[in-house]
Amino acid sequence: MLLARLTEANGAPGQEGEVRDLIRAEIEPHVHEIKTDALGNLIAIKNPDSPGPKVMLAAHMDEVALMIVGIEGNGFLKFRPIGGVDPRVLVAKSVLVGAKKISGVIGSKPIHLQKAPERERAFTMQELLIDIGAKNKEEAERLVKLGEIAYFTTKYEEFGHDKAKAKALDDRVGCALAIRLLQTEVSFPLIVAFTVQEEVGLRGAGVATYQIKPDVALVLEGTTASDVPGTDEHKHATTVGAGPCITVIDRASIPHPPLVRELFALAEEEEIKVQVRRNTAGGTDAGQIQLSEEGVKVATIAVPCRYIHSPVSVMSKDDYEGAFKLVKSYLKRLQEQEARK
Amino acid sequence: MKTVIRQLTEAFGPSGYETEVTELIKTMVAKHADEVKTDVLGNLIAIKNGSQDGQSIMFAAHTDEIGVVVTHIDDQGFLRFGSVGGVGISTLVGNRVRFAGGAVGAIYQEKGSWKELTLDKLYVDIGAENKEEALKKVKVGEFGIFHREFEDLGDRLIAKSMDDRVGCAVLIEALKKIQNPKNTLYFVFTAQEEVGLRGARTAAYGLEPDLGIALDVTLTGDMPEARRMAVSLGKGAAIKVKDSSLITHPKVKDLLVTLAEENKIPYQMEVLEAGGTDAGAIHLTKAGVPSGAISIPTRYVHSPSEMVDMRDVEACVNLVVALAEKDLASV
Repeated sequence: MLLARLTEANGAPGQEGEVRDLIRAEIEPHVHEIKTDALGNLIAIKNPDSPGPKVMLAAHMDEVALMIVGIEGNGFLKFRPIGGVDPRVLVAKSVLVGAKKISGVIGSKPIHLQKAPERERAFTMQELLIDIGAKNKEEAERLVKLGEIAYFTTKYEEFGHDKAKAKALDDRVGCALAIRLLQTEVSFPLIVAFTVQEEVGLRGAGVATYQIKPDVALVLEGTTASDVPGTDEHKHATTVGAGPCITVIDRASIPHPPLVRELFALAEEEEIKVQVRRNTAGGTDAGQIQLSEEGVKVATIAVPCRYIHSPVSVMSKDDYEGAFKLVKSYLKRLQEQEARK
Repeated sequence: MKTVIRQLTEAFGPSGYETEVTELIKTMVAKHADEVKTDVLGNLIAIKNGSQDGQSIMFAAHTDEIGVVVTHIDDQGFLRFGSVGGVGISTLVGNRVRFAGGAVGAIYQEKGSWKELTLDKLYVDIGAENKEEALKKVKVGEFGIFHREFEDLGDRLIAKSMDDRVGCAVLIEALKKIQNPKNTLYFVFTAQEEVGLRGARTAAYGLEPDLGIALDVTLTGDMPEARRMAVSLGKGAAIKVKDSSLITHPKVKDLLVTLAEENKIPYQMEVLEAGGTDAGAIHLTKAGVPSGAISIPTRYVHSPSEMVDMRDVEACVNLVVALAEKDLASV
């Protein structure tokens, strides 16, 4: 199962190798050219010599994770986040640490030993430690090196009527969409950039776009949904199960308005349920792609995910299929427009 | 020129949706430029050819203005919104917005303290009695602007979006006055400045100018109990020394000062402690572009009542003309 393989692979920003190898194996038979660039972006090209608009799809391979920054005298590990991680979600979670995939648990001071003011607030990152069961500092140092990464251990699982839960749906769900789309027949050039280091500042996408020089780009993402009890409806941003969402503005980009209009119109014609992303925060690779050289037409299509940037997020498989159908319809339409020329 | 400023400031153009403004500017510059074109991000570029041995100057004034985007419509027909660009929350309550589709509404707040006011406690009332009626007027994802008329107070003017339509007006007026420039001039009316100097970046990449100059508003310190700043309304064009996005190239700054003195154009030096302009994006293009900015002193920036002084505006026009006609090869 593609989403299971992708989300169970590990890839902190700058250390996307495991994810990249997996994706390369999935797509190699379906593309004409494939390369890894200097920053680690995997760029796959289908139909490089065909006429027609050069379409780029982008999905980032990296996920938020924890980096080991210290080993305490008792063998516990200190860590810091790579990318945005909410410290409140970390206590008592299982992790795998470093190249040797050492099992660990994120530990904290037990509640009965906390002073009253400590109980009133969440633990900060500085107060949490990873327990790898080591006897002492020396043993811990044999197992783990400073700078190694701890990953959440969540297994992909489908549940409920149409839901799936996994770690790193941001943005392995985008990677999965892009992989499936590369397996779709098109007659014009289609290029996918599986990008690196999105979570630490959209770094891979800019250099990938400079090499690709696309006419139009679609960013495929997993984005935040806060449609949970206790949240005012006007703060939901997106709703799980209400279809893939299309961004009109975020911190990093204002997607190309005519392209955004075209996607909404297409969704209506094809009877694909879509929603507007109703939040102006956050950013995607679109921010860097749009500003490449003399500018690129760009849009972001995202699958809503609850509890994003945590050990486990939840998405709707229907939204995932809707996103696939929407992008596929868009590519098909480009193909038809090209044929009429 | 006041008419041009009125028309420009009354036009609709939040970041990313500047088409109404660029179409208007196109009609104003078409017969004065050798070529007019637009690009992917929505920049409008008017080119005036210079003599063959001249250099090229990119002048940039942004067409976009700060605004709002609808994020939610409730069952009673009230809208919630996010900001487009740097919107000051203290300017919002009781203010009016106008949306792309023409709907107009009043902004007000939920109950609670002013001190704790955040954007998600504000709503827009477009006079709809329920969600269905509201949906006939606006859509979630639709952009809007702060709605306010232009006022002519004599030497001084008040309007929304003086930032940076007054900069656009300066460039339009300068373009009309310039006859046979030695330098090739790119008058770039840039998109998406308010959300991160975006249009100027892609435009400069394509144009590769030898010199970049932004025309934008700057703050003043001449109001009651104002934050200290040595720029005043009516004291001339402001030559930028630095802001958060740019340290003006020393030769560019000196050239502007020399030109102002030679041509008896009133000027003042501007040190802006927070804020940036398109020159910040232009000067980092490719291998680097010497850049600076000529600023129009403006009170109440990013409120719906931005105030400028026509004498400063005219000084800016004259400084742009003087620079455009200067033989840069000799500098």
